[in-house]
Amino acid sequence: MAYIRRTKDQMAARVAQDMPEGAYVNLGIGMPTLVANHLPAGLEIILHSENGILGMGPAPAAGEEDFDLINAGKQPVTLMPGGSYFHHTDSFAMMRGGHLDICVLGAFQVSEHGDLANWHTGEPGAIPAVGGAMDLAIGAKQTWVMMDLLTKQGQSKVVRECSYPLTGLACVKRIYTDLATLAVTPQGLQLVDCVDGLSHAELEQLVGLTIQA
Amino acid sequence: MINKVADSIAQALANIPDQATIMIGGFGTAGIPDELIEGLIASLSDSAVQGLTLVNNNAGNGDSGIAALLRTGRVRKIICSFPRQADSYVFDELYRSGKLELELVPQGNLSERIRAAGAGVGAFFSPTGYGTELAKNADGSPKETREINGRMYVLEYPIHADVALIKAEKGDRWGNLTYRKSARNFGPSMAMAAQRTVASVHEVVDLGALDPEVIVTPGIFVTHVVKVPRVATQAGGFKKEA
Repeated sequence: MAYIRRTKDQMAARVAQDMPEGAYVNLGIGMPTLVANHLPAGLEIILHSENGILGMGPAPAAGEEDFDLINAGKQPVTLMPGGSYFHHTDSFAMMRGGHLDICVLGAFQVSEHGDLANWHTGEPGAIPAVGGAMDLAIGAKQTWVMMDLLTKQGQSKVVRECSYPLTGLACVKRIYTDLATLAVTPQGLQLVDCVDGLSHAELEQLVGLTIQA
Repeated sequence: MINKVADSIAQALANIPDQATIMIGGFGTAGIPDELIEGLIASLSDSAVQGLTLVNNNAGNGDSGIAALLRTGRVRKIICSFPRQADSYVFDELYRSGKLELELVPQGNLSERIRAAGAGVGAFFSPTGYGTELAKNADGSPKETREINGRMYVLEYPIHADVALIKAEKGDRWGNLTYRKSARNFGPSMAMAAQRTVASVHEVVDLGALDPEVIVTPGIFVTHVVKVPRVATQAGGFKKEA
């Protein structure tokens, strides 16, 4: 039977659906920033930005940009009522100190043990840049990954062992993809949901690993 | 009478030592002390100072600011977390041609190492980076690690500086500072970590005019305050949405 991949916005909505009231959340650069557009209405979820913002709001209207108020991707944002500013060392203490509930990151690869590779392809000549990825990956109480399940070449990005340079060891708890949502448990990968028309057996075949139902 | 308000940027940035480590605040374009960087470039052009180490979150973008400083050829090494930007071509070229050494540090470790220097901490164990390529020294040897209460940590050393250039919003003659929005970023930690901290401000106010409850950097961490015109911070360093 045919199946249809989730769009980026559908993936973002799927991630947002699991965010509880009152959560302090950091959304990584790239696809995870879309989650902000899908946060459940009526819930108070507080967004953290590594450069010293809690209570980050949406992008300002055109003409209202203030480039002293930017997100981790250097794009202009706003501050919600109740929001606050603080310096970098305090901001990273919020991560490393275990105060942040959830961070959502993009990834090149995630291993079945929850190892994350998302900062560097390791290709010769590539300029390495890590930013806050390593601090976020091991600092938040829960690290969730949001990515396409397969590469453009059709290889699974959920792997037995990461071949790309690691960002953090055993830090990923959930993997939200365009085909399925997986939980990383001490017993291995566990299926949370998958798109209509994709069977458990087909998913396991795509990933090449055992996934508990 | 204490008066940390400098007559000019040139006065505040005179006599930069050879091989100095210089911290520059800013994240993206917010909090970059552009006028002080220009002043530093001018100060260098009148001296034979070489072999500088820069500490900044990024490594410059476009042609001005830190990119222009790199182009002077006086910088030997940069310590940062995110050198690659949409328009960081000056850094990219120097790095690829081997003219600039890069010490890449996870952002939180960078910030904490700066704070540790200011706080007199000899070194600290951080969980960030454990088990990764960034838990290695420049020579490729592994950094010291330790298991503490069942968790693995990497030993990280402080980063001290000779000079810190930071951008604040308001200051007084004792050097007390406030900041503006997310332009605060590395300023307060860098101010603590340098022998000489120079802060640009948009407003110099009378002593006592800053509410003591809202002073972010107490003047003890600040050497010079320089007033610069208020210019709206410009965009830069990010990719336009596709």
